[in-house]
Amino acid sequence: MIPLSHYLIVSAVLFAIGTAGVFLRRNLITILLSIEIMLNAVNLSFVAFGRFAGDVDGQIITFFVITVAAAEAAVGLALVIALFRQRESLNPDAFTSLKW
Amino acid sequence: MPETIVFYTFSAVAIGASALVIGQRNTMYSVLLLIASFGALSGLYIQLDAPFVAMAQIIIYAGAIMVLFLFVVMLLNAPREDAAEWDRAHPLHHPNIGRFGALLATLLIVQLAWALAKVNGLDAPVGARTDASVGSVVEMGRVLFTRHTFAFEATSVLILVAMVGAVILARRESGEQ
Repeated sequence: MIPLSHYLIVSAVLFAIGTAGVFLRRNLITILLSIEIMLNAVNLSFVAFGRFAGDVDGQIITFFVITVAAAEAAVGLALVIALFRQRESLNPDAFTSLKW
Repeated sequence: MPETIVFYTFSAVAIGASALVIGQRNTMYSVLLLIASFGALSGLYIQLDAPFVAMAQIIIYAGAIMVLFLFVVMLLNAPREDAAEWDRAHPLHHPNIGRFGALLATLLIVQLAWALAKVNGLDAPVGARTDASVGSVVEMGRVLFTRHTFAFEATSVLILVAMVGAVILARRESGEQ
């Protein structure tokens, strides 16, 4: 059997990749994809802990996270479309109207 | 032994594909690689005796959400990221900020290693204490509709709000051409 720590390490690496993507990339769609990677990393550790503790709650919260991620993707992509229509750009540095 | 090989294969695919998602300049390839990453993750869920989550992962994430992303990528037909401009203009490019960030990251890693060294039982096999039937779809449905009914109903409201919000955000203003 695989130790719990191995699943947690995979989860941590995936989360770090997602975080790096949010900070390093300058494309709104890639940033949204990085957020999805982070959500999936957390899902993996939830399911691993749930299996470890013998509790079905780990899977249930994953189910809710998937639902919220679907809602987040729909609203986020709608925002991306609206922003692209305004500025003809996907670079987050192009949207600085609130910067002083 | 075969399950060890399966675990490392799926983990390597998930991590490699995710790293390539970040590395790609073409958003189209990023989305397709992320689908591969999600497929590998659902293999890990199967190994953790979570068949429902694995199927939901493939159907909802790889199927629905990623198709939505693909639609937007194709619809916008966006130009590729400009790397040269990014290198000059990025606020994190300043050397002192980089050093400070490296210091913070090192501290965080030391703290994490220290915390992990104090925890016992992490090396226990993940399925040692309990049998696999705890993750069955029957059990999950029972718990979902008894203990978590309110969260389940709240989710339906969330989906409705997100749907209305997406339609309103993405629609064209009536004054626009």
